[in-house]
Amino acid sequence: MFSYILKRLLYTLPIALSVTLVSFMLVYLAPGDPLNAIAPADAPAEVITALKAAYGLDQPIPIQYGKWLLRAVQGDLGKSIASGREVVTEVLGAVSNTLLLAGVAGLAGVLAGCLLGALAGYWHGGWIDRIATVLSVIGVSIPHYWLGLVLTIIFSTKLAWFPAMGAGPGGSSEWLWDLEHMRYLVLPALTLSVIPLGIITRTVRALVADMLEQEFVIALRARGLSNRAIFRHVAKNTAPTILAVAGLQLGYLMGGSILVETVFAWPGTGFLLNTAIFQRDIPLLQGTILVLCLFFVALNLLVDILQPLIDPRMGRA
Amino acid sequence: MHPLFTLPKLPKLFPLRCLIAVPFALALHASAFAETVARYGISMADIPLTTGQPDRGAGAYQFTGHTIYDPLVAWESNIATRPGKLIAGLASSWKVDPKDNKKWTFTLRKGALFHDGSEFKADAVIWNLDKVLNDKSPQFDAKQSAQVRPRIPSIATYAKVNEYTVEITTKSVDALFPYQLPWFLISSPAQWEKLGRDWNKFASQPSGTGPFKLDKLVPRERADLVKNAAYWDKTRMAQTDRIVLIPIPDALTRSNALLSGQVDLIESPPPDVVPQLKSAGFKLVTNVTPHVWPYHFSTQPGSPWTDIRVRKAANLAIDREGIVKLMNGLAIPAKGQVDSTSPWFGKPTFKLTYDIAAARALMAQAGYSQAKPLKAKVIIAQGGTGQMLSLPMNEYIQQSLAEVGIQLEFEVVELETLYLHWRSGVKADMNAGKGISAINLGYVTSDPFYGITRFVDSRAIAPNGVNWGGYNNPKVDALIDQIKTSFDPKVQDGLLAQVHQTMVDEALMLWVVHDVNPHALSPKVKGFIQAQHWFQDLTTLKM
Repeated sequence: MFSYILKRLLYTLPIALSVTLVSFMLVYLAPGDPLNAIAPADAPAEVITALKAAYGLDQPIPIQYGKWLLRAVQGDLGKSIASGREVVTEVLGAVSNTLLLAGVAGLAGVLAGCLLGALAGYWHGGWIDRIATVLSVIGVSIPHYWLGLVLTIIFSTKLAWFPAMGAGPGGSSEWLWDLEHMRYLVLPALTLSVIPLGIITRTVRALVADMLEQEFVIALRARGLSNRAIFRHVAKNTAPTILAVAGLQLGYLMGGSILVETVFAWPGTGFLLNTAIFQRDIPLLQGTILVLCLFFVALNLLVDILQPLIDPRMGRA
Repeated sequence: MHPLFTLPKLPKLFPLRCLIAVPFALALHASAFAETVARYGISMADIPLTTGQPDRGAGAYQFTGHTIYDPLVAWESNIATRPGKLIAGLASSWKVDPKDNKKWTFTLRKGALFHDGSEFKADAVIWNLDKVLNDKSPQFDAKQSAQVRPRIPSIATYAKVNEYTVEITTKSVDALFPYQLPWFLISSPAQWEKLGRDWNKFASQPSGTGPFKLDKLVPRERADLVKNAAYWDKTRMAQTDRIVLIPIPDALTRSNALLSGQVDLIESPPPDVVPQLKSAGFKLVTNVTPHVWPYHFSTQPGSPWTDIRVRKAANLAIDREGIVKLMNGLAIPAKGQVDSTSPWFGKPTFKLTYDIAAARALMAQAGYSQAKPLKAKVIIAQGGTGQMLSLPMNEYIQQSLAEVGIQLEFEVVELETLYLHWRSGVKADMNAGKGISAINLGYVTSDPFYGITRFVDSRAIAPNGVNWGGYNNPKVDALIDQIKTSFDPKVQDGLLAQVHQTMVDEALMLWVVHDVNPHALSPKVKGFIQAQHWFQDLTTLKM
């Protein structure tokens, strides 16, 4: 087991290094000029040249990458061109907000998806299966931007039950576990939860339906085991796959919530990415992408480590 | 007649009166001292720079510019019924040297205090000029410099004459120089020293002389501006105790925040939400704004727009009222580069009407028709600040021009990329090399230089400026020289009107609409005066 974990950790290193390279280079492939974040559109050439020198953008890209990587491994992702603030501080603040949102949405989606998927798989072909299928198709295919707007129109502007934007009163993102702050979380989390709900439902449904037809389940039944005992066996066998899918979903939610966070002006990584893209704020963009990618890599690593703990056969493989 | 009831004597009811009066008085006292707060949903993704010169364009000056700071020469931005004019700011007066028209003397206001308590004097002006123009000075700030240097291009040298007098020399004679100064804002040298000469620290504890102080700044989330009770201009004291600026870049989210009561006013509601806002009792405020949404034509040899008949036909083929309808009323049909109420409009003979027959006739004279169309490539932005509803409006124009025999092809890019194409001028490879012969970019037209001269002065062709199409007319150049040497505002206005007349009569651009800088207000908001400018005075806001 120890060697398995060590091997997984070693595999992660080149992946992380590739991630740094990709996140650094991606922004240079996009059109536009990063200096537009700081210089007016009609800034004369000498102002542009001076600014390029001031921000080190006049140096060859490999040198810029080397310097950036050296600083990044020391935890310094530079300063935002647009705001002058430390990128690390900006990104970590946003990550905590997105973790909260993605965590709540992911948990709700996974729990509901597991329940719905298990019921649909157990009563395979029945009415509950048909409902679950419809819900999962909606969850996977509905545009979340549109769903967010619809929920806002119904529950914020018409019924005034929940706030339309932000993470706290007066635009504040300082999170408190009180009722007032929880109200800000409801609509974005609900919007975001339909993604894992749809995917997990489909996955669990297929797994359970398949598992119930396996020979070992038939054998268990023949031995007279109770439904509860059989369910435990099925759950244990399906758990690694569900865990892997759920882990990936949380990773997607961390970075894939740009539109939802924009609709609700939720001050998370998606919102930050959106801002950084529109402002061509290269250090902020690189820092945010890097942190998100590393989070994704870490999450995959965690899932890889957890899977053999649940199912030791995987560790031996 | 004997009264049915007589008032009881005071002593008997005194305790009862107290019971009524005390809570009433307390309530009055509380309301008298309750803080009035206006929550303003702004369209920017972040709070603009708070160190002095705001970033994010002209619109940002109303938020962290002319609230916290003052310029030497200010702009009247609390009048809705006519265009504003230059007024005294931290300089109580200014004059040009009659012997050397390059020398300007500014007499500074006495008794103006920075928020940190230090006094505003000539040293502060010199220190601030160094802050943005002298990269060897310790207080030089590249970011502020980048914002303001393009806006004060005329300054050559500057010197302190005495405690309350400063002299600025321009590079050449430039009578329009005072128009540049509302963009240049004065920060406190004492506060910068106190904060360890650190502009990043200054950003969260700024100090200017303006009508508001910054109380709280949470990047990307909010900025709280509180009333400066010691403001030097008693006619411009803030009417609200606190204004909270909340960045909400998405237009629909901004409208939802207003509809759900999370903010009290917003800027730029999306056109399709206007009916909903109105029916829900929100007030929509608009005014003519120094902004135009044009196609800027190339006048270089080989351009399809070199023939004036084609340029005029394009201008006659557009139903501007239709575009206003497309914008749900959030636009004004353009009659030229500036609005017809502007003192610089003049009396052009070419009228921008909607006349398809005349347009077709002009195209026929030029040798084109729907069957044999003229082809042209226009570079446009997907959207962004100042671009209004870029794609739908461009598609509307594409269909309109097709009806008179002009077949448009669009090169669609992001706004940042469009700026690169704009700065480079039409002759650059990225434009001429791709066959691009017109650019669609919203222009700010707030002053004579920004609105007019920089687009037609042959000396402002790239890389020296943004005369994008390379227009070259010696008569116009001569008029511009006259404008720069005419110090009487009326003479200046007359000359500018002549330049503008020429622009319109030559149909130098395809002018479509002017923006109206819409704001939506909750019924609680009073006193919001929308000036005919991007500078708005937030001191008039009342709750």
